[in-house]
Amino acid sequence: MSGNEKPSTRSSSAQNGDGRAPSGPPVAEAIDVTKRYGSTVALDHAQIRVLPGETHALVGRNGAGKSTLVAILTGLQAPDTGQVRFAGAAAPRPSDRDAWRRHVACVYQKSTIIPQLTVAENLLLNRYDRGRLGLISWRSLRRRARDLLAVWSVDVDVDAKAKDLSVEQRQFVEIARALSFGARFIILDEPTAQLDAGAIARLFGHIHDLQAQGVTFLFISHHLQEIYEICDMVTVFRDARHILTAPVADLPRGELVAAMTGEATALDVPRSRTAPTGGAGVVLDVAGLRLNGVFDDISFQVGAGEIIGLAGAGGSGKTEVAETIVGLRTPDAGTITVDGQVPRAGHVGAALASGVGFVPQDRHHQGLVAGMSVADNATMTIPEKLGAAGFLSARRRDAVANTLIDALAIKTPGPDLPVSGLSGGNQQKVVMARALANDPKVLVLITPTAGVDVRSKESLLDKVDQVATAGTAVIVASDELDDLRICDRVLVIFQGRITAEMPGGWRDQDLVAAMEGLTVDA
Amino acid sequence: MPETVTAVTAATDGSTAAAGPPPRRAIGRLAIARLRDLALVPAIALIAVVGQIINPVFLQPDNLINITQTMSEVALLVLAQTIVLVAGKMDLSLESTFGLAPGVAAWMTVAVGAGHGTGLLSGAWSIPITLVVGALIGVANAALIVRFGLHGFIVTLGMLIVLRGLLTGISGGQTFFNLPESMMYLGTAVWLGVPASIWLCVALFAAGIVLLGYTGFGRSLYAIGGNVDAAKAAGIRTDRVLWIALVGASVLAALGGLLLSGRLASVAASQGNGAIFTVFAAAVIGGVSLNGGKGSMFGAFTGILLLFMIQNVLTLAGVPAQWIGALNGAIILVALVVSRITGGKAQE
Repeated sequence: MSGNEKPSTRSSSAQNGDGRAPSGPPVAEAIDVTKRYGSTVALDHAQIRVLPGETHALVGRNGAGKSTLVAILTGLQAPDTGQVRFAGAAAPRPSDRDAWRRHVACVYQKSTIIPQLTVAENLLLNRYDRGRLGLISWRSLRRRARDLLAVWSVDVDVDAKAKDLSVEQRQFVEIARALSFGARFIILDEPTAQLDAGAIARLFGHIHDLQAQGVTFLFISHHLQEIYEICDMVTVFRDARHILTAPVADLPRGELVAAMTGEATALDVPRSRTAPTGGAGVVLDVAGLRLNGVFDDISFQVGAGEIIGLAGAGGSGKTEVAETIVGLRTPDAGTITVDGQVPRAGHVGAALASGVGFVPQDRHHQGLVAGMSVADNATMTIPEKLGAAGFLSARRRDAVANTLIDALAIKTPGPDLPVSGLSGGNQQKVVMARALANDPKVLVLITPTAGVDVRSKESLLDKVDQVATAGTAVIVASDELDDLRICDRVLVIFQGRITAEMPGGWRDQDLVAAMEGLTVDA
Repeated sequence: MPETVTAVTAATDGSTAAAGPPPRRAIGRLAIARLRDLALVPAIALIAVVGQIINPVFLQPDNLINITQTMSEVALLVLAQTIVLVAGKMDLSLESTFGLAPGVAAWMTVAVGAGHGTGLLSGAWSIPITLVVGALIGVANAALIVRFGLHGFIVTLGMLIVLRGLLTGISGGQTFFNLPESMMYLGTAVWLGVPASIWLCVALFAAGIVLLGYTGFGRSLYAIGGNVDAAKAAGIRTDRVLWIALVGASVLAALGGLLLSGRLASVAASQGNGAIFTVFAAAVIGGVSLNGGKGSMFGAFTGILLLFMIQNVLTLAGVPAQWIGALNGAIILVALVVSRITGGKAQE
């Protein structure tokens, strides 16, 4: 099939960028691939070619066909038409998993690590070293695992239980495992979604190192900024089709977003709202809040209609402050006053009753019951409004849910669909709907746009803006600059204390520096 | 058996330190892992001391043999259940297999006239029949759970009732006596002054420790119990491993039933009835997770040993038989609380 080679495309695409010269045929290539699920076309004559040594970004909004392409590139799904090639040769048979593993590996958002087992065993699962009598030799297994991690400079204790690893370490282990199969082409599926800024920097450093050692990455992310930081090439998918492939350096941000969304739009959320003047009444008053070992001496006030940001890196305590305000944690000292009353500390129910709405950090873990319907999830916080004496009226529930679905533009066929059937962005909107269901006076959002596509992000932040305009006090705890940009002021938390307060209009580098504990002028 | 485990970990400690990078953390963690495995050993020692104080008979060889022999049959159920639990499934029907497998053997080999025996086959067939019946029950369980994807708890609960009913049916609700010689052998023989059933039980647990810790099959069980998708992605044939685990567990339960029938020289229609609760309690006390992927064979062994020692102490202390049941339940609860405290983590 060497007749299929298209030298012209290759030279035009590869010799740009940062000048990295292509060597040999594409490490992985999907040619004219079509995949249908029933009547849905998941990929429509799509293509991608990833050249050796480059870091290639694959972007597209939810539903653009990224996941299907990954499944096809990793051999988990067979394309209906078209073909996949590795290093110029046809892909192995779908059943030959070992052969696929030698070509390609994917680090998914969902871990494929077994939490109860050690790192060493996870690395070499089902590839044990046998000693005498055919029994497993743990000693040589550990040694081999240690060597493996050393080769790829992953600093993780092989005797640690996988469940004790941080998300970042877990990803490194998964990457090392993939490389140990001989694969030099690694797909990273939103690797940064659950990482804080420092971990992201380390991950990127690692990617650079591995790249130097000849590993090629396909990088899937919703954060366009990251693509500009580490990727050489970018391929955009939209509506199951390949839209463009270009060197990142030659593609301005606006054009990239335009290619993803199909129209030229700036990412920035339009600010329809002006910050309330000082006269607005204080709705939330946090005074001297302390949680031993996590944060101390946290005091601030939020006025009606004001949006404040709690910025900080992972482990800074920003998430815990927000969780304490909504009653998930019991503070060791300090008071929280919501609209003049002090709800019982450490009780979510009391916080909700006093008018706090809450979007938790992890929608899969705390935000949603995946198997329950959109309507049930959205109205989970307000059973008392759906009927008397503990009974729920399905009719009233659906009416409330439909209002919320319309208000947040949740894309669902109806309120009865289980939330697990929605895309990530729409799931997050359901979490937001739940938080808004009881018309909160204070809305607390923790990383409200994690793992959602650009459009959903805009629409979620837009909604926050509207809610604030209507007079709700909003707290956004996040290290995501786009989330913080809608805030009227940002409180920076570093090592459990408020270290800076920035009015709106801050420069990105100043805020990032403050979150990392550097002085603003440095 | 604890010696084996300790020796291996100790050896690894040495190599870790030699290899360099993070030795102290590794040693600390290994020590903790080892502690967790041995969590019940202090409790067992304590019970031994208490037992000896209450009644000096306790530590006499005869009494120790008595404890281990009465334990050996149920211990095989614990062994079987541990294999299944580690793989993330559960098999409630083991207690009925424990009665039905030797029951069928007795039914087919006991001469007509003595109870409900049919005398269809000669006594020499009794052991093969027992094991084959066990295997067939395992195949039925595995077919429903693995092949048809039904939930293991409900499948084996149904199976528990069906098998108990079958035994009641073929025995007419009565007890088989006059068992053939070969059925009695394993339950009554004494090798080197110790009953054969104890030898068998200890040997099988030793084999179980090796199986779970040092064979690809055993590690596959942990992988499947921990994260079945990851196990599949690593190329483990998860369905096949589960089939073998479920069938193997049933065969072990049948063997346990055979030992008990031999020792009592009879098969009662109620043989094994209610044993599954002790089995689960022993496994959980011994650190095996009901959610799969966690626990060790040695831990499970210490769990069942502890329960039987406590029962023996109660008997020696002259606690009326009518109260033993209530105390047993209370002891299980207390043991769970104690192992929760010593284990340090919530039981799953």
